[in-house]
Amino acid sequence: MDRPPVSRGFKSKRQTPEGARLPPGQYLTTDFPVLSAGPTPEIRVVDWKIALQLGGSLLGKWTWDEFEALPQTTITVDIHCVTKWTKLGTVWQGVSFDDLLKVVGVSEPPDAYVMAHCDGGYTTNLPVSDLVAGKAMIATRYEGLPLAPAHGGPARLLVPHLYFWKSAKWLRRLRFMPKDEPGFWESRGYHNYGDPWREQRYDGD
Amino acid sequence: MAIPGGSNVMTATDAPLQQPSIAWQTGRVQAIVAETSRVKSIILQPANWSGHWPGQHVDIRLTADDGYQAERSYSIASPPEEKLLALTVERVEDGEVSSYLLDELRVGDTLEFRGPIGWHFIWSQTRGGPICLVAGGTGITPLMAMLRHRTRSLAPIPASLIYSARSLAEIVYRDELDTMARDDRDLRLVYALTREHPGDWNGHRGRVNAALLAENSFTREQNPTFFICGPTGFVEGISSMLVKLGFDPLAIRTERFGPTGA
Ligand SMILES: Cc1cc2nc3c(=O)[nH]c(=O)nc-3n(C[C@H](O)[C@H](O)[C@H](O)COP(=O)(O)OP(=O)(O)OC[C@H]3O[C@@H](n4cnc5c(N)ncnc54)[C@H](O)[C@@H]3O)c2cc1C
Repeated sequence: MDRPPVSRGFKSKRQTPEGARLPPGQYLTTDFPVLSAGPTPEIRVVDWKIALQLGGSLLGKWTWDEFEALPQTTITVDIHCVTKWTKLGTVWQGVSFDDLLKVVGVSEPPDAYVMAHCDGGYTTNLPVSDLVAGKAMIATRYEGLPLAPAHGGPARLLVPHLYFWKSAKWLRRLRFMPKDEPGFWESRGYHNYGDPWREQRYDGD
Repeated sequence: MAIPGGSNVMTATDAPLQQPSIAWQTGRVQAIVAETSRVKSIILQPANWSGHWPGQHVDIRLTADDGYQAERSYSIASPPEEKLLALTVERVEDGEVSSYLLDELRVGDTLEFRGPIGWHFIWSQTRGGPICLVAGGTGITPLMAMLRHRTRSLAPIPASLIYSARSLAEIVYRDELDTMARDDRDLRLVYALTREHPGDWNGHRGRVNAALLAENSFTREQNPTFFICGPTGFVEGISSMLVKLGFDPLAIRTERFGPTGA
């Protein structure tokens, strides 16, 4: 469609604060909405493990205590959900993807894509280039507190420059793969990449 | 690709793996129906529509004359068998899009939208049952599409609807639901009224609790599929109660109506 038709009588009710970094089509929220496809898993950290995989083989795996002992990173970022809310200046702590690779002794990512696997069967796919160089982490704390189950606790992926469904909650496994494959929402009509600045919401955007 | 039309063409697989890209289109507003004091249904005539699954939604986009745009999602309340799309919109205090749709939009206007969207929170009669639907407030909307579709199918699929509303007056589609339940022995309808109930009310009083769920959601052996829709806090509460009751988490599908994370 060329130019969207004007909606008779519609006026913005919202003022975007001066200088707000808001991708197109997003609005600001101060609360923290929850969206997921099923119930929230209640995972006890004593039962929790996380693994990094290359094809069928294991590059590394950690219990909660082992994971907590890895180098920690804190970042402050804006997050953007495909359901159109944006939250500014959120503070996360966890282990950066770069550090994870370092710890398992991998200097070059072995494959070009990664699939994130989660409790409850959720998956999401990402190019490795979107995870390295300080772009992503496995987060275990939000605003200084342990990550609540509803927000993906004990640990979630955090890839803030993509729509938030890519920041998979209840993360259990990251698997390198040579070829890109769609994950859960990506095979249900959502965009394969999900760049908020290009409004890549659905397949074909 | 399997998209439901009037005929029975859907498969029982989880979701189609491919779909055409979802282009923006305009629809004409054919009718606006007051459902309750805070809720209206908007009946839209899409320019072209290849069908939807009960449970899917559309995105609405409003454009102001200065170019400002706002988009929000609204579930489809009509079944795939109908040519017109029905959306059911609740007023959100100070809401930008809902207040426009309720106060400003008129019959004859064009509304820009795209869809259908959402390939997870879907059900059709070919998937069979039993199904247990749990609605909080306007979370009834996508579940209504499922029930309307179910009524049109001839298969006697066991279903239950547990519908939580603040008061009798806030129950959306109440007449239609009551009629549906009266005419259909395979449908169990339970209202839970949280704030006000008539003195002689013999339905559930207060919030949906584990006992009410256990009583009305079939047994674990019957393997019901759950569809829960409503405000975030409601959906969180119900789904975790169901998991504690021993139902399979993978059989519990949820749709949370943002934006407020209560
Ligand atoms: C898949 C899906 C399906 C849905 N289906 C339905 C449906 O069938 N029916 C239905 O009624 N709803 C549905 N919703 C919810 C709907 O999309 C909207 O969220 C709802 O209508 C509110 O939008 P609004 O523009 O009116 O409110 P908003 O303007 O988004 O406001 C919501 C609240 O946030 C506050 N707020 C928003 N932006 C700001 C800001 N910048 N600064 C301060 N405060 C702010 C407002 O004050 C208000 O309290 C659905 C949501 C989803 C995700």
